[in-house]
Amino acid sequence: MQNLIDNFFAYTITGLTIGAVYALVALGYTLVYGVLRLINFAHSEVFMYGTFAALWVVMLLGGRPGAGVGQVIFWVAMMFVAAMAMSGLIAVLLERVAYRPLRKRNAPPLIALISAIGASFVLAEIMGLRSRITGWVGLDDNLRDYVRNSRNNAGMPTIIAPQPIFTIGGYHVTNVDVFVIVGAIAIMVILDQFVKRSRLGRGIRAVAMDPESAALMGVNRDRVIQVTFLVGGLMAGAAAVFYMLKIGITRYDAGFILGVKAFTAAVLGGIGNLRGALLGGFILGLAENYGSAVVGSQWKDVVAFVLLVLILLFRPTGLLGESLGKARA
Amino acid sequence: MSTTTSSRAARKPSSPGFRERVDNLPKAVKIALWVAFAIFLFLLPLLNIPFITTEGSDFGGVLFTVATYVLVALGLNIVVGYAGLLDLGYVGFYAIGAYTVGVLTSEHAHMSWVVVVPIAIVVAMISGVILGAPTLRVRGDYLAIVTLGFGEIVRLTLVNSEWLGGAQGISDIPKPPGLELFEVPSIDWSSGAPVVDLGTTSTFLKFGINDFVPYYWLALGIIGLVLVFDILVKSSRVGRAWEATREDEDAAELMGVPTFRFKLLAFALGAAIGGLSGALFATKAGFISPDSFQLLLSILFLAAVVVGGAGNRWGVIVGAIVVAYFPERFREFADFRVLVFGLALMLLAIFRPQGLLPPRRTVRARRADDRQAVLEEGEAHV
Repeated sequence: MQNLIDNFFAYTITGLTIGAVYALVALGYTLVYGVLRLINFAHSEVFMYGTFAALWVVMLLGGRPGAGVGQVIFWVAMMFVAAMAMSGLIAVLLERVAYRPLRKRNAPPLIALISAIGASFVLAEIMGLRSRITGWVGLDDNLRDYVRNSRNNAGMPTIIAPQPIFTIGGYHVTNVDVFVIVGAIAIMVILDQFVKRSRLGRGIRAVAMDPESAALMGVNRDRVIQVTFLVGGLMAGAAAVFYMLKIGITRYDAGFILGVKAFTAAVLGGIGNLRGALLGGFILGLAENYGSAVVGSQWKDVVAFVLLVLILLFRPTGLLGESLGKARA
Repeated sequence: MSTTTSSRAARKPSSPGFRERVDNLPKAVKIALWVAFAIFLFLLPLLNIPFITTEGSDFGGVLFTVATYVLVALGLNIVVGYAGLLDLGYVGFYAIGAYTVGVLTSEHAHMSWVVVVPIAIVVAMISGVILGAPTLRVRGDYLAIVTLGFGEIVRLTLVNSEWLGGAQGISDIPKPPGLELFEVPSIDWSSGAPVVDLGTTSTFLKFGINDFVPYYWLALGIIGLVLVFDILVKSSRVGRAWEATREDEDAAELMGVPTFRFKLLAFALGAAIGGLSGALFATKAGFISPDSFQLLLSILFLAAVVVGGAGNRWGVIVGAIVVAYFPERFREFADFRVLVFGLALMLLAIFRPQGLLPPRRTVRARRADDRQAVLEEGEAHV
């Protein structure tokens, strides 16, 4: 407890940065849940592919610590482009391969979950066996740096050196922290407005509210679902960039724990509710860090899971309620 | 369930299938066949049949692993197949069973194996009730995530509790008391034809550290008991209540089935069997650590049930054999097994959502379907 009081602001800022990542990934769960009423179990892999895309693009462009400001901005921009493209692509592919055939056959939701688990394994293992795959297709020599130790951690050079911007309660808040928190909130505001104001956003809300009436009103359901997956993937891609800037290490199975936590965040805020995902992400990030300060950092993941169980018991609809369909977006 | 209804309606009178032909055999022949099959299963590790026998790893040990998977699959089938509750954290119960044995026989006490195994079953069952009582009220897909969280909580607790051995785990778990009644010779195929090899024998129920065949026998015996239990429960009032709850929870509730209580019962029984399998695993391995209870194992268990055909006990046995045996037999591809599983799950979900051996519909359900068909089309399908 004393630890928490002494380092309160350190835990708060760390909690908010990781919470921002959770929130962005949680949006993917929440959007898909809103329109399809099922948990996209493989969304964690969408995020994981984003982290690798961000890593690879930095490696490709020769990212290194201590470069000039213009250079760093270019690298970060390219990370966003690569990670969002990769995650968006994987998410759309996932919908096509793992969900659409089932929807055509009116499969029960449990089967969709099984299919998503399968897809999640396939995606994670392809990443985990990438050195073997490049070996088969004979690209080993060209891609060695990108695929080596494919079952171990892959680290990224720190392209933004963390420099304290201001100090709060003895904790130096770095430029990375500020960038992650502000960036994530900005992206979420854009998404919120997209869902609220654009034509596609209206389609998403219509399908979430009542798929059949939406179809009768001329909403192309398949297209809306695809856009929803795409948007969720783009958010996961952005989350992946923030994650790589803050944590800097990824792995073929890095998605799993983060995915479960992001899902927890989505449920915490009210699954299907976009602002709920934001709130849930930040609360979870804070709770996990405060909790680990009190009971020891090795229990960090346990704190998150216990929180998930408690929410489902006492407030299964989440803090803000489930309402992608409602105009609150 | 609408797909099954329509396929039933389109059912045409066909030649008797395997099932009917077996059913029509005289009872004495049937019993003799069962006994012969059981003896074959018991002798399987000693027959050393070419191609089936794994090379490079001890076949008795492999068969024991397969047997544990079968046991786990039978337990998980009660939860997933009969009651329709998706449990992604089954490995938690498996770990609880194993750790109960570890703690009570080695780490903190030195109780006898015979006493400890029932305790392990009870502890797993209680943990099933503790997890189930609050969570079974939430929706089906939420339950999957909560149980997933539970499996991870158990594992992380094991890693972080010094009392439970921490990351090092528990070693020196004693062997169960043996009997040493008689020796069974094995068969040697090295000359191309089967020859009885009196030099390599397995002692009936001598639980050593080199010969894993007796453990396989023990597991096989337990599977037999669990199967009998499974058949009795499934065909009782409880089994019908599970079926009703799975098909339509609201309708079942309206018909007076206390659905929550039956779901909890399924959860507890499943957990108990999971604990039993974990206890067996700990006994044979002699050493357990949190690494033995990765989340992947939960998914593999679930894969066994779903691949085989959730709800059909013979199906899930086949599924467990597929999941546990093939990676051992084809070791050279072991790295790819998760990848292949993932693909198999996706293909299965699309092309065979009921599994390899889908559950047979009960006589009652079939009769109701036929009556429905009569009402809809005005003619009987027999």
